[in-house]
Amino acid sequence: MTVPTIMGTETEYGISVKNARDPDPVAASTLVVNIYKDRGIKGITWDYDQESPLMDARGFVSEGETDIPDQENNSLINDVLANGGRYYVDHAHPEYCTPECTNARDLVKYEKAGDLILDLSRLAAQELLPTNQEIIIYKNNSDYKGHSYGAHENYLMSRNVPFQDIVDGLTPFLVTRQPITGSGKIGAENGASETDYQISQRADFFETEVGLSTMVARPIINTRDEPHADEALYRRLHVIVGDSNMSEFSIYLKVGITAIVLQLIEQGVVGDEFRLSDPVLAIKTVSRDLSCKESLVLEDGRKWTPIEVQREYLELAHKHIPTDVSDVVSDVMKTWEFVLDRLDEDPMSLDRHLDWVIKKRLIDAYLRRHSLTHSDHQIRMLDLQYHDIRPNKGLYARLLKNGRVERLLKHEEIVQAINNPPVDTRAYFRGMCLQKFPNEIHSASWNSMIFCTDDSSLDKILMDRPHFGTQEMTGDLLRDCTAAELVQAVLTSND
Amino acid sequence: MPAEKQQDQKEKRTQETEEVQPDQEVVEQGEEIKEDLDQILDEIDEILEEDSEEFVENYIQRGGE
Repeated sequence: MTVPTIMGTETEYGISVKNARDPDPVAASTLVVNIYKDRGIKGITWDYDQESPLMDARGFVSEGETDIPDQENNSLINDVLANGGRYYVDHAHPEYCTPECTNARDLVKYEKAGDLILDLSRLAAQELLPTNQEIIIYKNNSDYKGHSYGAHENYLMSRNVPFQDIVDGLTPFLVTRQPITGSGKIGAENGASETDYQISQRADFFETEVGLSTMVARPIINTRDEPHADEALYRRLHVIVGDSNMSEFSIYLKVGITAIVLQLIEQGVVGDEFRLSDPVLAIKTVSRDLSCKESLVLEDGRKWTPIEVQREYLELAHKHIPTDVSDVVSDVMKTWEFVLDRLDEDPMSLDRHLDWVIKKRLIDAYLRRHSLTHSDHQIRMLDLQYHDIRPNKGLYARLLKNGRVERLLKHEEIVQAINNPPVDTRAYFRGMCLQKFPNEIHSASWNSMIFCTDDSSLDKILMDRPHFGTQEMTGDLLRDCTAAELVQAVLTSND
Repeated sequence: MPAEKQQDQKEKRTQETEEVQPDQEVVEQGEEIKEDLDQILDEIDEILEEDSEEFVENYIQRGGE
């Protein structure tokens, strides 16, 4: 039993203020998020009533406190975007969440639109700072000193899938997808074994197999059970183990192949046959194996390289996912195979495609040119600056501009995605309501819109089916109605 | 000199000859890649943050998520 593919990503960016005597990341994050609210969609708050971050997929509610801001702070740190996404301050980082997408290509577009939104915010915030100070924003996952910030992926799944099936079927896939999804990093962190360079930014931070926390003793499989949709029908799998990617190609494959594997798990065709004997150790082994040839021990004693494990999943996909299901899915499968072949032959041949390889090529050449070692600060700077979102300073951005990395999308497409929601999910309804009725919307969340069309009451429209609210379903209504008529029409049809 | 050894030496000489006459196409490709990389390395030299030592030292984030 499978549900329609709906997915999105959340990116926490690193932020620093150059030359500030005592840089305050919370203040800097609040400044960039706030200054972006310049498009007439002001004062709309986040509807926290719909959230339940302590609900555990294993069937209990975890103890702890959720941090719900008061009305003033809510408005200060939250922005609901015209493209249906969310932009807010999470702890000490600016965070951008894409709107819900139905395919990997759209998701790349909306994630990259987020990088542009951050850069627009940065430029605007810069105007308010003393001239010698500069805000610098990095799309990476670590400060190289043991502090990690996340890049999370979300996939809608059927509630009927037992959670243990997800744990069994997905863990080996997540551990072995790193050579495709890694962004590369100099050195080790969090007490993990020393290394000059490793494939993943995040691998060293994963200490357990399954759990609810995202901040300490991070688990490979996160159990947060907060579907942001009808909980009787759906779960939202919150994948926290991935890296932030600069490369469009890396993002595309990361979300594309993961969505496919989750469909296989939903279909019940992946069992526990790939279970690794020690996933927490394996995640670090794979991250350190730049040849992608080191074997992992499976629970039943077999020894497979990460690429061999990936090929098993690909074979299941060939067998069980119809090739005519969609152009994007069939392209993702072809691209997956191409990348596995290249990783088998020579990973460095992917130096236009995958972040960790692109970056390694640069680092190796720079080391030789200046006779440096991996621990030299210039190399650490190069590593960090690969992720700098400034078009003139970021090393990835320069490679893209010079045609040295693969491009999947036209720049104009990404610019368009800043202010236009996807047409085929509820993000369409959210984004268009915000654009058309900015003064009548009180608050919003992933699955609610609260309207204030008169002085006496608030009306909440629940959007518990993520693949509803599309242009096809609501386009005419949105074009022809006032806010009051829209609320009336939707609430009546729900009765 | 035993025949086997002679054969070895002959093979070695052949290898050496091959090494001094590398495939022109491969050389050209190699040079192109090197030039290509040189250009981006020049750019990196230009745009890498100044005071990188201090900058990298001071880049401290709070954990997020």
